[in-house]
Amino acid sequence: MSTTLQHVGRARRWPIVADSPYDGSRIPARVPTVVDVPAALRDTDDILQVNFGPNHPSTHGVLRLIVDLDGEEVVGLSAVIGYLHTGFEKNMEQKTWWKAITYPERIDYVGYQNNELVFVLAIEKLLAMEVPEKATWMRMLLCELNRIHSHLVYLGTSALELGAISMFWYCFRERETILDLFELVTGQRMHTRYFQAGGLAEDIPVGFFPEARKFVETMPKALGDYLALLDRNQIWLERTQGVGLLSPGDAIALGQTGPVLRASGVDWDLRRDQPYLAYDQVDFRVPVYAGCDVYDRYRVRMDEMAESTRIVRQCLDRLERMEGEPWITDDRKVVLPPREELHTSMESLIHHFKIVTEGYRVPAGEVYVAIESPRGEAGCYVVSDGGPRPWRVHFRAPSFAALQATATCARGALIADLIAIVGSLDAVMGDTDR
Amino acid sequence: MSLTDVPGYVSTKEEHGETTVVVERVHVRDACTYARDELGFNLLADIVATDYLGWSRKGVSGYIGTATGRDLNVPMTQGLQALPDVKPARFSLSYHLLALRNGAPRLRLQCWLEDGDSVDSVVSVWPAADWFEREQFDLMGIRFDGHPNLARLLLDDDWEGHPLRKDYPIGGEPVRFSPAE
Repeated sequence: MSTTLQHVGRARRWPIVADSPYDGSRIPARVPTVVDVPAALRDTDDILQVNFGPNHPSTHGVLRLIVDLDGEEVVGLSAVIGYLHTGFEKNMEQKTWWKAITYPERIDYVGYQNNELVFVLAIEKLLAMEVPEKATWMRMLLCELNRIHSHLVYLGTSALELGAISMFWYCFRERETILDLFELVTGQRMHTRYFQAGGLAEDIPVGFFPEARKFVETMPKALGDYLALLDRNQIWLERTQGVGLLSPGDAIALGQTGPVLRASGVDWDLRRDQPYLAYDQVDFRVPVYAGCDVYDRYRVRMDEMAESTRIVRQCLDRLERMEGEPWITDDRKVVLPPREELHTSMESLIHHFKIVTEGYRVPAGEVYVAIESPRGEAGCYVVSDGGPRPWRVHFRAPSFAALQATATCARGALIADLIAIVGSLDAVMGDTDR
Repeated sequence: MSLTDVPGYVSTKEEHGETTVVVERVHVRDACTYARDELGFNLLADIVATDYLGWSRKGVSGYIGTATGRDLNVPMTQGLQALPDVKPARFSLSYHLLALRNGAPRLRLQCWLEDGDSVDSVVSVWPAADWFEREQFDLMGIRFDGHPNLARLLLDDDWEGHPLRKDYPIGGEPVRFSPAE
């Protein structure tokens, strides 16, 4: 296995730092997302067509794969998605801008804060709005906690599917702590709706910092537990190493981003390469591995959890010194006035009434904003006609792109490996189907 | 190798720090190939269509958008309604491209088309376009010539209509806020 650690950053051929594990391309020739049964096998009686999903516990939701099996080998595959299509994009066109913020979180229901962030950033870009520093750092902190949360869900469920049941309990132990932190800040465990255009919905509550510190202290030890359970576990290694190969070239051609791309030896992370929020002011490494397999996707995510913990710690250092600073910008045409002013100021009352009933207006234009969500590049394309509602909202869903690689990864795999492969792509079906 | 050399080049627009190159509909595949091979935009991030039906028929009051966002010195439309800029055709189709190199440059290739027009598929340029194009076909009804498997993706095969179009009925009751409406 050529799975040596490649933290080398800007190496010779940056950003591609790995050799392809196979010659040429493995992307199916006719349709890139469909593996066709070879002509020689097609008319034999040996091919068994199996519906893998949409109600199968190891498909992470309602993904349906139509698999042609020759014995245990996958010789044909096509994915059917859309079972969770709820028309978010159409719905958001009917809502005012600030009501629409609730929707992106439901799209990727595991990486919710990152999805919320990308939409809010798009609104702010159209409004050309400055955000207070405290809000920027708090957003970053929550997004990194959310990244850890998302990777924990990935790790727990993927390991569970390969038989490592105890991993699930350990991962959900730490996940619970993170959800408690979210509840402390926002009042909600999931779908927090905490980011507003212009900053945060509320100030950081008293008691958050000590609790977050506790988590930051325990997380490295928890990561050690996970490593002890999995990293020398022979079954885990044999089920994941060399499985689901995706070369750097194929990964880029298939539009892969995030951990899947980094596990294919492409040193690319939007947090470092196209900094947003204050990522250029924190110290973190971008884990890159060259194995191009399921195992390295696992290792990228493990390292990312450690790096995210470091970022959270740096955010806490910063935020603890920002006591009393504003958490949302003071732009009364967009931001609700403080509650207490409603009793004394006529203007505040009018502004409150206008924003709540009619919504704020966003200048005409189109923007595309992309951030590094736990699953890769989460993009948001927004068109405004200048009115109180978005004209068009579209999400570039990283899960949607990741699932396109299923066919390439699963060529020649065994049916049991398919479970490992689908898990390693870490697709959230809400994100895929929108 | 400048943006004006893109095959089918029509115009360039710089707004909000984003570069949009409008190309002719019939040259989309050439333009994409050029962007990938000559300009180095090796990753196709997204394909998105927008329906501008009714775009400039209804006035909008509010801030007037400028290339840099809101101009706070222009105090809204003062209650008067302003019409947004007229668009060249009903649908816009945007290809969001990303170059994996220093600075993460991005480019939006855009073409305009009327209902019933089709564009060439770019699956042969980026395999990632497979589902992106199918999604826009499914929800917006844009036809992509040469796509190897142009079937509905998110909706049922026997679904009628394309829901993200502006003339797709959404149901619900309109609420009147003033007698003038």
